[in-house]
Amino acid sequence: MSKKNSESKIKIPDSWSTKLSAVIFGFSNLIHKQIAKGVAFLLIEVAYILFMIMGGFNNLVGLITLGTKETAWVEVPGKILPEYQIGDNSMLLLLYGVLTLIITISTIWVGWCSLKSARNLQMLEMQGKKIPTIKDDVKLLLDEKFHVTLLFLHMIGILVFSVLPLVYMICIAFTNYDRNHQVPGHLFDWVGFKNFGDMLIGDARMSTTFFGVLAWTLIWAFFATFSNYFLGIIVALIINQKGIKFQKFWRSVLVLTIAMPQFISLLVMRSFFSSYGVINRALLNMHVIDNIQDTIKFFEDPLLAKIVIIVVNMWIGIPYTMLMSSGILMNIPQDLYEAATVDGANKFQMFFKITLPQIIFTTTPYLITTFVGNINNFNVIFLLTGGGPETTEYYGAGKTDLLVTWLYKLTKDKFDYSLASTIGILIFIISATFSLLTYTRSKSYKEEDAFQ
Amino acid sequence: MSAKNLTAVTGKPTKSYKRQRAITLGFSYAFLIILSIIWVIPIVWVLLTAFRRQPGTFTSSFFPQPYTWIEDGFKYTQTYTLQNFVDLFQARDGFDFGRMWLNTLIVATCSCVISTFFIVSTAYVMSRIRFKLRKTFMNIALIMGMFPGFMSMIAIYFILKSINIHQTLFALVLVYSAASGLGFQVVKGFFDTVPKALDEAAMIDGANKAQVFFKIILPMSKPIIVYQALTSFMGPWMDFIFARYLMGTHYETYTVAIGLYDMLEKTRIDTYFRQFAAGSVCVAVPIMILFMCLQKYYVEGVTGGAVKG
Repeated sequence: MSKKNSESKIKIPDSWSTKLSAVIFGFSNLIHKQIAKGVAFLLIEVAYILFMIMGGFNNLVGLITLGTKETAWVEVPGKILPEYQIGDNSMLLLLYGVLTLIITISTIWVGWCSLKSARNLQMLEMQGKKIPTIKDDVKLLLDEKFHVTLLFLHMIGILVFSVLPLVYMICIAFTNYDRNHQVPGHLFDWVGFKNFGDMLIGDARMSTTFFGVLAWTLIWAFFATFSNYFLGIIVALIINQKGIKFQKFWRSVLVLTIAMPQFISLLVMRSFFSSYGVINRALLNMHVIDNIQDTIKFFEDPLLAKIVIIVVNMWIGIPYTMLMSSGILMNIPQDLYEAATVDGANKFQMFFKITLPQIIFTTTPYLITTFVGNINNFNVIFLLTGGGPETTEYYGAGKTDLLVTWLYKLTKDKFDYSLASTIGILIFIISATFSLLTYTRSKSYKEEDAFQ
Repeated sequence: MSAKNLTAVTGKPTKSYKRQRAITLGFSYAFLIILSIIWVIPIVWVLLTAFRRQPGTFTSSFFPQPYTWIEDGFKYTQTYTLQNFVDLFQARDGFDFGRMWLNTLIVATCSCVISTFFIVSTAYVMSRIRFKLRKTFMNIALIMGMFPGFMSMIAIYFILKSINIHQTLFALVLVYSAASGLGFQVVKGFFDTVPKALDEAAMIDGANKAQVFFKIILPMSKPIIVYQALTSFMGPWMDFIFARYLMGTHYETYTVAIGLYDMLEKTRIDTYFRQFAAGSVCVAVPIMILFMCLQKYYVEGVTGGAVKG
């Protein structure tokens, strides 16, 4: 590697054709008879220039102004009646602006590739080597540059369906695109960090909501992760004991619930716990409650609702951790236990000194991803309680809403897109902090290429 | 394990040890039986409701009895029926469950094929090929994964709307699979454990990287590919947030999840609850069968993925 670096550090002055390739893409390829490659480079540049002239440039201007004309009736000099003027659509201007930005960056990258290719050709020419034909290039794409071939389609997919929307939504967080600035008709504009300020300190009701929801989100993530984790391990230990018959059967019973679509099991659970649901019926039949009016309203008391959510989540999550820790248990070398027995260790010592450390050691990365996953666990909350019970203390959120479900509600019911995006970014900061603190320190990240 | 080991040390198990062992096992079995009942009850209940004749959301007894005491003796009343399924598949008010089921199958199958290919090939590249932007790409994938997924839902909706395909099944396939390459970590973890010596041997024999991928790595990685295909299939099969947001009121392209969710709306729940259960059975049974057949691979994927992080 170091050899290669020092070799490429020798500066060769760019020839005129190489220099020209930075401006006219593929020029050097063309004069070196790499027609297909040169034409492709050139076509990309021409297409980009045409695109910029046709409207790309306006898109960039629109990105800065976000529109100047409101939709309104305007007085036109020289006419008696006011005319209806269709204004700018800030939302589309922003979207196209971001798109144009991504296209521009991609084109600059293509230009850089053209320059690199030209330098390479110049080098080959100087060394008197053969200029690769299109056949050689194709061969290279299946071998040393196979990653380019494989990743090409994915990159387009990721750019259009992941990067573009994400950049767009991050931009929205810095605008005032809320229920008072709906497009079309109204314009919205850049407001800087105002939304973040409102959310954290500025607006009393908003910050009450934010910190309330945040606290519950963290409590929920903690309980959901660790209850499933430890109970799953206990179930796995019981199933994997020596002497238990039909181990496969017990495991399959639990795995059955993983196969059951989550939205169905959650909706069923919701009706189980509703005021006249199966649980209350059973309590009535057992005469724990006497009157049909006294049924337990599981989803109307915040604390009770939260407990129900965590319990139902155990029903959903335990089979999964059970499966995982079963796999780990089976992989613990048996001679460890034998050695411990010879040394006179009892069962509890063996469990706490061998089994548990082994499980915890191998599953730490899993715990972190699960914790972050639970911060973003939309389904359980949305399908079970829908965030309720409602409260007037909060803006647009209920007592069991997580940050994600609040985000969803702000988008869907309140049309406060800018606030929703702000929450999205805050969620990102929270999960990134948790992951970075632990993940980058872990061995599996640091020594990622080490052991092959 | 202790019983055997103790035998090895002391020669023969003691009586009190045997008794203690039996008690532990007894408790374990009791625990497992209770656990299984708790885990199976909701599933059984959905099944019973799907075949139930009595209307409404709930019945007074958990298991409707075919024989009930009426005045002076047990009389047979028809408590179970197939009528719910017949009603379910009869299209009315824009509710066409058969169509929704087919839509979901198409979307899930297409997304499964595309995303599995994307994920497996990205994982191969990240595991085997060293290129300049590799670490950058992996870090970007990690960072993007930390943003909540449907934060970008509105933006995706407008992108699809601007090319006027937002209410089609194709749009759903795109949403589920286009950016799926970012979720390569588990499969990459598996590829990392496949010895590199195999690739090198093949390269010495004149294979190029494409051949190594298709002829060596892919055939060797059947368990993880099956696991990935299964999860990629189940995602779209069960998702309803994106489907709901994209489709709006366009009934022709509804998926089962939207249909089932709508059946439980407050105004509909009493009429449609049995059909909801019947629909759930139609949705859950295929996936359960698939899952049970491929359970072995799924378990391998779960354990492997967790250990590697």
